[in-house]
Amino acid sequence: MDPFIKSVLSQAMLGLNNGAFYALLSLGLAVIFGLLNIVNFAHGAFYMLGAFLALIGLTQFGGWIGMPELSIGFWWALLLSPLLVGLFGIVIERTMLKRLAGLDHLYGLLLTFGVALVLQGFFGNFYNMAGTPYPGIPPSLRGVVDLGFMYFPKYRLFALLFSLAVCFVTWYAIERTKLGALLRASTENPKLVEAFGVNVPLLVTLTYGFGCALAGLAGVMAAPIYSVSPLMGSEIIIVVFAVVVIGGMGSILGAIVTGLGLGLIEGVVKVLYPPAASLVVFVIMAIVLMVRPSGLFGRE
Amino acid sequence: MLEPRADEILRVSDLHAFYGESHILHGIDLTVYRGEVVTLLGRNGSGRTTTLKAILGLVDRRTGYVSINGRPVISLPTYQIARIGVGYCPEERGIFASLTVEENLLLPPTLRSDGMSLAEIYEMFPNLWERRKSQGSKLSGGEQQMLAIARILRTGAYLLLLDEITEGLAPVIVQALGEVIRKLKDRGYTIVLVEQNFHFAAPLADRHYVIERGRVLDMIPHHELEKNRERLNALLSV
Ligand SMILES: Nc1ncnc2c1ncn2[C@@H]1O[C@H](COP(=O)(O)OP(=O)(O)OP(=O)(O)O)[C@@H](O)[C@H]1O
Ligand SMILES: [Mg+2]
Repeated sequence: MDPFIKSVLSQAMLGLNNGAFYALLSLGLAVIFGLLNIVNFAHGAFYMLGAFLALIGLTQFGGWIGMPELSIGFWWALLLSPLLVGLFGIVIERTMLKRLAGLDHLYGLLLTFGVALVLQGFFGNFYNMAGTPYPGIPPSLRGVVDLGFMYFPKYRLFALLFSLAVCFVTWYAIERTKLGALLRASTENPKLVEAFGVNVPLLVTLTYGFGCALAGLAGVMAAPIYSVSPLMGSEIIIVVFAVVVIGGMGSILGAIVTGLGLGLIEGVVKVLYPPAASLVVFVIMAIVLMVRPSGLFGRE
Repeated sequence: MLEPRADEILRVSDLHAFYGESHILHGIDLTVYRGEVVTLLGRNGSGRTTTLKAILGLVDRRTGYVSINGRPVISLPTYQIARIGVGYCPEERGIFASLTVEENLLLPPTLRSDGMSLAEIYEMFPNLWERRKSQGSKLSGGEQQMLAIARILRTGAYLLLLDEITEGLAPVIVQALGEVIRKLKDRGYTIVLVEQNFHFAAPLADRHYVIERGRVLDMIPHHELEKNRERLNALLSV
C-alpha cells in the first residue's frame, strides 16, 4: 500500500478513536441540554472523575481500607465508576441544579462551571497535574491487531467499538423506545407530560445522572490511553463544546455523528498539515456558525 | 359544610391562582358530578384556561381547595393529581412534534385498567389510524385536536378537562367533535369543557358555569338556558 495512504488511514483510525470519546461526551451533553436546558460545564470534570475513580480503584482504594492486595480492575471500573459518577450527578441535580429550574440558562452554566472548578481543584491538590498513567489494561486487551494498513492497539480498538456500541444503544433507547418517547416529549413540553401523570422531576434527575455517567464511562475508557490528570477534563471539554456547537445543541444523532466525524477530520489533518490539527475543529465551528448557526443537525 | 354528594368527581372551592405576581383567579367555586358534561363559559382572558391549569397544579401558585373523587389535591404535585384519573387536553393541543401519531397516542401512562383500548380509539378516530406513522408535526389542526383528545382516553382517566377543542376548526370537524363528546358522555366520562363556541356547547352540556375576571358569575343548568339566553349573550359578548 502507498505509505501516504497508509499513514492517512492510521491517523484516521486514531482520530476515530478520539472521536468516539467526543461522541460519548457530546451525547451526554445533548441529552442533558435537551431535558434540563442546562449547558453542563461540569461534564469534563465528570469525565476526569470517571478516570480518577478507575485509577484510585486500581492503585489506592485497597490500601485505604486496609486491604492492600485488593485492586479494582478495569472491567469492574468500567461498571462502577460510571455508576458512581452518575450518582454524584444525581446528588448535584437534587441538591443544587433543581433549585435553578425556571431561571435563565446562565445560572445552570455558572453552577456547573463552579462544580467543575471544585472537582478539578480537589484532584489537583492530591494528584500530579502532569498526569498519572493508568497501568490496568486487562491482559486480554493488550497487544495489537493487524488491520492490514497498520497495527492498531487492541485496547484502542476495544474503546472505539465499545463507545460506538454505547452511543448506538443510547440513540436507540431515545429514538425507538417508550422511555425514549417520554424523554423526547418531556424535552418538548415537560409540564404537559407531567400533566399526563409522569413523574417528570424524577425523569429529569435520572437523565442528568445518565448523562454524567456517560462522561464517567468515557473517562474510564480514556484512562489507559491518555494519562489521568486533573486537567484532562477541561482539555477535552473545549473540543467537545465545539463539537456540540457544530452538531447542534440537543440533537442525539447529531452529537454522535459530529463527534466521530470531527475526530476523524482531526486525525486526517494531522497527516496533511500537522500544525492545523488542533485548530481545524474550531475553524469548522466558525464556518458552521456563520452558515448554519443552529448547527448541522440542529432545529432551525 | 354539607356532606358532599357521593357522586361528586370534582370540587373546587375558593380557588385562587397566580402567575408570578399576577393574581388571576379570585376564588373559583364549582362542583362536577359523575357523568356530567359541564362547560366553563366566559370572555377571552376571563380565567377559564387558568382554572383548568390550577386544578392540575400547572400555575405558579394556587390556594383554596380542590378535590378529585373526594381526594384533596391542592398540595400534590401535578403528576400525582393526574394519576387520580384526570385527562387534560390543553388549549394549544400539545401534540409532540418529535413523536409519531402512535407514539403520541401511547405516551400518557395508563392510570387505571378501564381505559379505552387502542382498537376502540382507532374506531372512534379512523383518520388517526391512517396517519398513525406520521410525525406529530405533520397533522392538520383537526387531526391534532382528535389526537389530543384520543390520547387521554386510553389511560383510564375518568375526568376529562378539555380546553377550547373547537377553536379554529372547520364546521364539519366541530360537528364530529360534538359526536365524540356525546359518545364519551355515554361511556360515562365526566367532562369539563372550556368553550368559546356556545352553539357547540349548549346542546352537549348539563350545566354551564360563567366565569368573569377569575370568579364564577353564574351557574346555569341546561334546562334554564332558554330563560337565561339574553343574559348569557350579554355576559359573553365582547
Ligand atoms: N402565563 C401567564 N402569565 C401571566 N398571565 C397570564 C398567563 N396566562 C394567562 N395569563 C392571564 O390570565 C388571564 C386569564 O387567562 P386565561 O388563559 O385563563 O383566559 P381564558 O379564559 O382561557 O381566555 P382565552 O383562552 O380565550 O384567552 C388573562 O388576563 C391572561 O392574560
Ligand atoms: Mg383559554
